[in-house]
Amino acid sequence: MSNYSNPYHKGVDVTLVILYLLLVVFGWMNIYAANFNPETKVFFSMDAEYFKQLMWVIVSFISIGIIMLVDSKLFVEIAYIIFGFSIVMLVIVLLIGKEVNGAKSWFSLGPISFQPVEFTKIGTALVVSRIMSRYGFLFDMKSYVRLFGILVIPIALVLLQNDTGSALIYFVFLLPMYREGMTTHILLIGVFCIICAIASLLSDSLIVMSVSLTICAIIIWHMFNKKGAGIDGLITLAIGIVVAAAFGAVVYLTGNPKLLPEYVPLASAGAMSIFAFFRSIFRRIPEVKTIIVYLWATIVISFATGYIFENVLIEHQRTRINILFGVEEDPLGAGYNVNQSLIAIGSGGLTGKGFLEGTQTKLNFVPKQSTDFIFCTVGEEWGFIGTTALIVVYLAFFIRIIMLAEKQHSVFSRVYGYCVASIFFFHFAVNICMTIGLMPVIGIPLPFFSYGGSSLWGFSMLLFIFIKLDTDRSELIR
Amino acid sequence: MYDIRKVVIIGIMAFVSIAMLVRLFCVQILDNSYKLTSESNSRRKVVQYPSRGLIFDRNGKLLVSNQAVYDIMIVPREVHEFDSVDFCNTVGIDMPTLRNQFKELRLNIRRRRASSYKPSVFLKQVSGENFAAFQEKMFRFPGFYAQRRTLRKYEYPAAAHVLGYVGEVNENIIKKNPYYVQGDYIGISGIESSFEEQLRGQKGVNYMMVDVLGRSKGEFRDGEFDTAAVSGQNLTLSLDIELQRYGEQLMRGKTGSIVAIRPATGEILCMVSAPSYDPSLLIGRDRSVNFPKLSSDPLKPLFNRAIQAWYPPGSTFKTINALIGLQEGILTENSKYPCNHGYSIGSFHLGCHGHASPLDLRQSIQHSCNGYYCYALRAILDAPKFGGVHNAFEVWKDHVVKFGLGYKLGIDIANENRGFIPNAAYYDKAKGRNWTSLGVISLSIGQGELLLTPIQLCNVAATIANKGWFYTPHVVHQIENAEIDSIYRTKRYTEIDTAYFTLVQDGMEAAVWGASGGTAHGAQIPGIKVCGKTGTAQNPHGKDHSIFMSFAPREKPEIAITVYVENAGFGATWAVPIGSLMIEKYLTGSIRPEREWVEKRILDAELITMPK
Repeated sequence: MSNYSNPYHKGVDVTLVILYLLLVVFGWMNIYAANFNPETKVFFSMDAEYFKQLMWVIVSFISIGIIMLVDSKLFVEIAYIIFGFSIVMLVIVLLIGKEVNGAKSWFSLGPISFQPVEFTKIGTALVVSRIMSRYGFLFDMKSYVRLFGILVIPIALVLLQNDTGSALIYFVFLLPMYREGMTTHILLIGVFCIICAIASLLSDSLIVMSVSLTICAIIIWHMFNKKGAGIDGLITLAIGIVVAAAFGAVVYLTGNPKLLPEYVPLASAGAMSIFAFFRSIFRRIPEVKTIIVYLWATIVISFATGYIFENVLIEHQRTRINILFGVEEDPLGAGYNVNQSLIAIGSGGLTGKGFLEGTQTKLNFVPKQSTDFIFCTVGEEWGFIGTTALIVVYLAFFIRIIMLAEKQHSVFSRVYGYCVASIFFFHFAVNICMTIGLMPVIGIPLPFFSYGGSSLWGFSMLLFIFIKLDTDRSELIR
Repeated sequence: MYDIRKVVIIGIMAFVSIAMLVRLFCVQILDNSYKLTSESNSRRKVVQYPSRGLIFDRNGKLLVSNQAVYDIMIVPREVHEFDSVDFCNTVGIDMPTLRNQFKELRLNIRRRRASSYKPSVFLKQVSGENFAAFQEKMFRFPGFYAQRRTLRKYEYPAAAHVLGYVGEVNENIIKKNPYYVQGDYIGISGIESSFEEQLRGQKGVNYMMVDVLGRSKGEFRDGEFDTAAVSGQNLTLSLDIELQRYGEQLMRGKTGSIVAIRPATGEILCMVSAPSYDPSLLIGRDRSVNFPKLSSDPLKPLFNRAIQAWYPPGSTFKTINALIGLQEGILTENSKYPCNHGYSIGSFHLGCHGHASPLDLRQSIQHSCNGYYCYALRAILDAPKFGGVHNAFEVWKDHVVKFGLGYKLGIDIANENRGFIPNAAYYDKAKGRNWTSLGVISLSIGQGELLLTPIQLCNVAATIANKGWFYTPHVVHQIENAEIDSIYRTKRYTEIDTAYFTLVQDGMEAAVWGASGGTAHGAQIPGIKVCGKTGTAQNPHGKDHSIFMSFAPREKPEIAITVYVENAGFGATWAVPIGSLMIEKYLTGSIRPEREWVEKRILDAELITMPK
């Protein structure tokens, strides 16, 4: 139901705008509820978080108005400028920024705080879209280098700010890349690596490495066999077993503590892959090479997990991960947030306690109740009905963006649409999963819900640039 | 071209959303244990306070234990009408107090210091009987419940300075250390403070379900979120409480300090600071009454003289000067210096008392000859081998510091004073670059700028007893399930050869036992080879301080002791008898009948001159 008589609104996707407004309004209500103090019964206060948030809603609406006035092509033109500018801001915040909760990622101007990383997401999305929309774009080595080169800059800077959560967001750009034709193997290897990492944390990296090795060896043998080269497959298996046995004997007999037992599968995998690699070239079976990549990715991840866990992660990150997997229990310490959060959500039941009636999310039982843990307020006051509605609205929101993206004539708009959907999805998934104890605690906001002006503003801009691009969907923007 | 990928991506999103919904369904619908509605039930967090570690003396005698008291807590929102007269009778207060408490609570809620949803302390430290009565009738007073707390209980009215005291945390501590919350207790001084982390244990938490009447409905989720409190670790002190008490008795009516150390281990056997106070005065509610009284007392009973007061060492310091002279080759066993009722040069004269002249090194200590040490110190500082008085002085100072002087010893009680040992630069500033050995002559007899704490001087006695080394003195002998810090198990050496200590010990033995007379004859105990050195320190506050430094028995030293009696006069008059009574008490367990008159004389002595 577009309004064609008014050029300003022309082609604006009303469904998406309504979903956006639903989220913003419901989000603001929850910030209000989380801050509402039943003791003072003050219904409106100018220095409360909900008032500041309201100001940011207005700022966002003004920014949206400006975006709608701009020519769509401009976003393509200034993609690199926005990205460059946002990177400069990341550098500046490193130098003069304010530290909040251990992360040096805030600019602070009097009562207004601003996190430039919100802006960087927009810049990165624009640049990624621009690279992939180039005429004749192909996923060759050069493109990979260019894309990952772009992503590494904000990741490195955000890591330097000590804001691990925000750094993880950039992995989500793999989704639009996947949509545009990136090999599925990258996603699958990623999934397998995560599985191997979790498995090595829970059990023993030696076991995970051996299992992965065995599975890959059998697959390689099967591949050779299928192409009538069974003898190569058998030799591969034999090499693997012989090397493993020989190396195992050396490790076991010498008892040298420098020779880790993990070296046995590593050596075996090494010998096997060298042989299989050359035979696969000779026999022209390129799939074997892919399996070798899988083998090494999973083996190295399993081997490195223990090391990274012990030496790279900081104490509190280790604890959060241990608590998630039940390795450690600390209901009053690091586990406190999640426990309190679960109690609050659980106490909501089916219908919730009603707006402003929550007790757990007020009174500071739940820490960060208006920012990272805002979902608790939804769960407590609106119950399962509320949380379901929220998730359904979000899902509809994502799907709507993807459907619109698919309708775009220009690749730039489509890729950008996927970037937008993916960024929102990542925030949504990580934030809610951490709140309900499905993921370790990673402090990133729930879009439109978490208190924080710059995130609301940034997310609004991110979305409405897409809505603006969508109004010109029939044009070829490049 | 990649249409299927759109479906895959939407599929991933849908899968995650469904996973969330399943989880939420479990938490919000299936699991009933989270259900708490504001009307029927509520969850109450009850903190389990661990009992603080006990403290024992070296013989296993219990010094500090815990007593239970109860705080009456209130959750204002849950309070309904109740019979206030009954309430007052039950918990043992009167109506005005009750009204006052409510007034204060309302004020605190308005100032956001308390919340009507969260428990706050309503009445502090209700006795056991009142608690029992309250517990029975608790259902009549909705919104109130009792929380067990522990207070310290002292078995002896002694050793207050060593033990320190426990008090409620203040805002600063809470801000700095998130372990503590309003109303928690923390060790504030003495070993209660320095071993706070070991003694306090770990708080636990129980989540209880309670109904509107405050009645317990059992544990929340079967105690899944509960943590048990961990009791504090017990401490065994090196202190001998009987010796400590005896020392405190002897020092009654005097100001000063007694410190005794076991030389072989560096363990502190007693640490008396007089005047002292009964540690029970600072327990719980009494603290707010007694603390201001104690802290405004002009005799400063809260001040731990044993480690915080600095005094000139007086003649006891001659032992160190002798050792430095010997080590540097300036003095030998047979070095003799004349003494003609003191030391005179030009118009300068430093007096001495009557004794034979000239004396050798042993005799100089025996008779505490001032003249001898004037010569000796000047010989050290003016020795050509050092190339100037500045260098010589630095050599001298470095030796002195090695005895643990001039810096904090590093004992396991906080607020130790470092004393003062001047260096050459200090005199450059004070006297100009051209000062001479004569200018610092007072150092030879332990006067001048030198300042030592009693524990530092006692450590010197222990070092002489050990012939050249010491362990950093400490009061904690053992920590339950832990080891004491390695610094208390590491020997610290002086730079003086063992052989020279033998000479000084000879002199100190002669001071007690010498047939030709000695300054510390009063310290004789038959059958025990006591070595000692007296001191009489001039000071700007009035009469001289009476000092005695001693150890016994010489062959296998069991105790090294230092006694300071402020403004009491000669060392031999007061400090020597006190020191020797302490040694006798410690080594033999009692005082010989023929010495009871000495004991009585000390016990009866009132030597306090009120400070103006």
